[in-house]
Amino acid sequence: MTEIIHPLHRFVRPSVTSSTNCPGCGNGIVVQSILRAVDELRMDMDEFVFVSGIGCAAWIPSPFFNADVLHSIHGRPIAYALGIKMGLPEKKVMVVSGDGDLVAIGGNHLIHNARRNVEMTVICVNNRIYGMTGGQAGPTTPAGVMTTTTPYGSFENSFDISRLVIGAGASFVARWTTVHARQLTKSIKKAIQKKGFAFIEVYSQCPVQFGRKSGMNGSVQMMADYRRRSIQVEKAAGMTQEELKDRIVVGELVDIEKPEMVKEIKGIKARAMGRPQ
Amino acid sequence: MTPERVLTGRYFMMGNEACAEGALAAGCEFAAGYPITPATEVANRLARRLPQVGGFFLQMEDEISSIAAVIGASWTGKKVMTVTSGPGISLMSENIGFAVGVETPCVIVNVQRGAPSTGMPTAGVQGDMVQAKHGSHGDYEIIALCPSSPQEMFDCTITAFNYAEKYRTPVFILSDAFVGHMREEVVIPEAETIERVYRKIPAQGADPQTIKGFLDEDVAPMPIFGRGFKAHVTSSCHDEAGKRNLIDLSSLDLFVRRLSNKILKHKEEITIVEGDYEGGDVVLVSYGSVARAAATAAHLAREAGLPAGTLRLVTVWPFPDHEIERMARTAKHVIVLENNLGQMYPYIKAAAARFADVSFLPPRLLGQIQDPEDIVSKIKEVVR
Repeated sequence: MTEIIHPLHRFVRPSVTSSTNCPGCGNGIVVQSILRAVDELRMDMDEFVFVSGIGCAAWIPSPFFNADVLHSIHGRPIAYALGIKMGLPEKKVMVVSGDGDLVAIGGNHLIHNARRNVEMTVICVNNRIYGMTGGQAGPTTPAGVMTTTTPYGSFENSFDISRLVIGAGASFVARWTTVHARQLTKSIKKAIQKKGFAFIEVYSQCPVQFGRKSGMNGSVQMMADYRRRSIQVEKAAGMTQEELKDRIVVGELVDIEKPEMVKEIKGIKARAMGRPQ
Repeated sequence: MTPERVLTGRYFMMGNEACAEGALAAGCEFAAGYPITPATEVANRLARRLPQVGGFFLQMEDEISSIAAVIGASWTGKKVMTVTSGPGISLMSENIGFAVGVETPCVIVNVQRGAPSTGMPTAGVQGDMVQAKHGSHGDYEIIALCPSSPQEMFDCTITAFNYAEKYRTPVFILSDAFVGHMREEVVIPEAETIERVYRKIPAQGADPQTIKGFLDEDVAPMPIFGRGFKAHVTSSCHDEAGKRNLIDLSSLDLFVRRLSNKILKHKEEITIVEGDYEGGDVVLVSYGSVARAAATAAHLAREAGLPAGTLRLVTVWPFPDHEIERMARTAKHVIVLENNLGQMYPYIKAAAARFADVSFLPPRLLGQIQDPEDIVSKIKEVVR
């Protein structure tokens, strides 16, 4: 009998034989979308450096991806990625991490690098809870959810991450859910090729923590909910705030051209060295 | 090396500027930092000078991202540094532990100032001596050098880069506002006379499956990014190949011990001290800016017929206990001088107290280096 090998298996680190994800986790869909994008662009993993922080989503590239991977500390992957991009401007630098990592503890680096418009791809897997530590509320947790640190129901306003990054000045911002695997792949391909800060927010189900605590239960129900609530950005444009309450606006929200920092620095260096640019 | 990298010549130069020139001479290619008194002149000079030689200085949103960007750039094979003062080191501390854990060469300059928290930014106080060793969590070893003059700000910065590259570790320059802002003669030698060390990296084309890029007590080759080494870099407990292991305590034990032993095994070659204590019953032990007062006091004491000598620590971490012990065996009294409330004193006392009587002379006012006359009085007191 011939052994059947997954077409994307060649992108997986040979020493990795199992996954640490919980059953029903959305991470696998994000993994596939990233690797399909790399595959469809006919790129090699050696053209990338992957960077992650701390949390469930940070384990997407680390250790799975058979590439240079820096698994950094909590909240700082974008700052590490900036240093890597400074050293290897010709490489594609991709950050994959969660909402707690990139938006709570690491929010400062997210907005500042969006402002700098540094060429890198940042994929933020938004499960709206702290999964790895056992289901604590975060800045993306919707109001009223009883988590382990909000036993009387979460009482804070939550972040609209994509709008935050748009406001900070990123040149590409897209939002999808794990229901939109094909659209997500397409946007990741665009993000990889974007000459600027490219940010993708992915709503991703965490049935074990968020599912139980929000009463949405399993991943099938959670994905059905994503499908029901999602609305394309083009359709949403004509709707009121009230009509959009509880909806997930999906699609490519921003795709503009503006000066990119690493390229600007190249020009500054040439000037400082007295060379023609 | 382009000639602009090394500004060979004699200068009347500020310590902080000499530090920046030392970094350039050592081959620094990338630096990141955040404005802070009394360290700004280093960053200002790097910002102007690095682009002239094809490098770059980035001002970041805070000190946390500064050290993170520096570590990231080091993993691309660049020689890197950051510069700050105490509050910045406090913010950087978690990331410094990361640099230790994944064995990242980088230089961290701390131009020390006074007091916990905001304190007095313009006052020179040796307040962060133990923080450099223990600021981040967990057991680890670090290298730290203490320059006493603008010339040493230049020289020690080069040594710091060489140690960082050789041992794949963060190396501290523990200066202070006195040495940082002091102007003195600085001689920058010819470029070809400056020793520059570059980290070992795996052979080009090495099979990623066979690379052991971590946890060698004699320093593993660094599988830097962009060369096809497919490095997996994690500060989680890992093995020699970088593979994470969060289950076996034997793996944890190996991870922590190997990292520490990498420094301790090479302690002798890392240690730089300057001893002038032959025949001295009383030895003044000091480092950094305070060593200048100690040298003057020893001179005055000898002129007055008192048997005084000095021992100056340039390397403070790993702690040079053998050199302290060697000195203490020949001395009767050891006086420790620091511009703080006694940070290195317990370490010096632990190494010297078996052989000599050890006492501490704090400054009259913190931030005011001991008056040499006061030191001479103390010498008279202990020999009485």
